[in-house]
Amino acid sequence: MDFLTITQDLLQGFGITCLLFIMTLILAIPLGLLFAFCSMSKISVIKIPTKIFIWIIRGIPLMLFIFVIYYLPSLLADGNASLNIFNTIDLKMTIAAGSNELLWQGRFLAVLIAFVINYACYFSEIFRGGIESVSQGQYEAGYVLGMTKSQVFFKVVLKQVIKRIVPALSNEIITLVKDTALANAIAIPEIIKCAKDMASSQALIWPLFYTAAFYLLFVGILTVVLNRVEKKLSYFKA
Amino acid sequence: MAYLEVKNIYKRFGKTEVLKGIDFSMKKGQVVSIIGSSGSGKTTLLRCLNFLEIADAGTFSVNDKVLFDAENQKVLTDAQVRENRLHFGLVFQNFNLFPQYNVLENVCLAPKLQAKERPDYKANAKKINAEIEAKAHKLIDDVGLSAKCEAYPCELSGGQQQRVAIARALALDPEILFFDEPTSALDPELTGEILKVIKELAQRDMTMVIVTHEMQFAAEVSDQVIFMDGGVIVEQGTPDEVFVHPKNERTKAFLSRYNNA
Ligand SMILES: Nc1ncnc2c1ncn2[C@@H]1O[C@H](COP(=O)(O)OP(=O)(O)OP(=O)(O)O)[C@@H](O)[C@H]1O
Ligand SMILES: [Mg+2]
Repeated sequence: MDFLTITQDLLQGFGITCLLFIMTLILAIPLGLLFAFCSMSKISVIKIPTKIFIWIIRGIPLMLFIFVIYYLPSLLADGNASLNIFNTIDLKMTIAAGSNELLWQGRFLAVLIAFVINYACYFSEIFRGGIESVSQGQYEAGYVLGMTKSQVFFKVVLKQVIKRIVPALSNEIITLVKDTALANAIAIPEIIKCAKDMASSQALIWPLFYTAAFYLLFVGILTVVLNRVEKKLSYFKA
Repeated sequence: MAYLEVKNIYKRFGKTEVLKGIDFSMKKGQVVSIIGSSGSGKTTLLRCLNFLEIADAGTFSVNDKVLFDAENQKVLTDAQVRENRLHFGLVFQNFNLFPQYNVLENVCLAPKLQAKERPDYKANAKKINAEIEAKAHKLIDDVGLSAKCEAYPCELSGGQQQRVAIARALALDPEILFFDEPTSALDPELTGEILKVIKELAQRDMTMVIVTHEMQFAAEVSDQVIFMDGGVIVEQGTPDEVFVHPKNERTKAFLSRYNNA
């Protein structure tokens, strides 16, 4: 196999890596916000279970959580995980399915669920910290000026929260890029899985190291973008 | 005829009773100063009047319109509370400007949000917003900051920030403007500019209630001075009555501590 074919193969895997990354990000942010509000709720039947849930998810390895999401529904359904229900799901996704057309799309759903819940919990703690760090005086100034609760949140508080959480959120987002590799625990053909397959089928090791270039490039671009966001918000102090 | 009428306000936090029956009234265009030692409940009183705390008992009304009655406060909707609190403006000790907005935006934000609720807003949005901005420019000019319209709060001195906060509060045309120690967070050399703005407002017959530790200023600007101690009004009267001829021992003790300090 020549360099170009290998690059192409890895690119297909990298497409799945990116898909997992972007979908996790898009879904985990709103879910994280929801978790954050629940964990700050004044109603203890909402607050306490949310906090316990976040504690559990943050406390167990993401790899383990992927297995839980993947196997648990089938185990509960028939006490026997030999036929995994995720493997019976056909999402009919048209994106690059990888050279080895495995039935991986249902499993992708399992991984996505695990990633979204896991990252929503991490994000929620960042959001909560950010929201709680905005002084009560900002809310009060808004209320005294006749604003509604939602106006105060969206017009006054939100941008200050965003400014404060961008650094922490950037860290999590960059960790997420690399965590996508965990998807190969249940044989999702992301880039590392593709490279591993080459190692076993073609006896080629270097493509595995070559994957680093893809991650580095992606993280590099993200870092630039996130730094821009941070800079854009540096015009005010909060 | 009383303009603001505060009756029998009680407020406790857990076991500590902070306000123990506050009664006072003032006329339109008057300036009332509230003085008293730390912890006497001055801030709590202003917060109750501005609906930042809900008093446990009592009522207050403006122009005979009851804005708050502890008896039926629970039945008020958020929208009604919002409407009621708009009769008043509040200037905070630590300004609380919105850091992400520049001076003009800080002053315009609330009026613009309110204008959006007007039925004729959609048809005249441009004109309405232009009017709001013109008015904001005028208010910013009045506090002497027309050169700073585009500046962000972090680029302003404390005194300038507090002047913006005053303009922001005035932008909603409050009937009464409350100040909670407007100069306490400022370096001594900056207090003058705030006191000057407040004096100008007094000359224009703005109705104001000012919690302050600036005795000299209170004496100059006020029509009435209220001395609070331990959650009650111990003494009230003209500046002359309270500062020069105090009757109550607690007032005397408080004032002598100030004069010796
Ligand atoms: N949210 C609260 N919870 C519990 N206690 C409070 C709360 N707010 C105020 N207090 C208490 O109420 C008392 C009066 O406080 P307040 O802030 O009204 O005093 P003040 O007269 O404004 O004092 P200062 O001159 O220091 O500003 C204080 O003993 C304070 O500890
Ligand atoms: Mg106070």
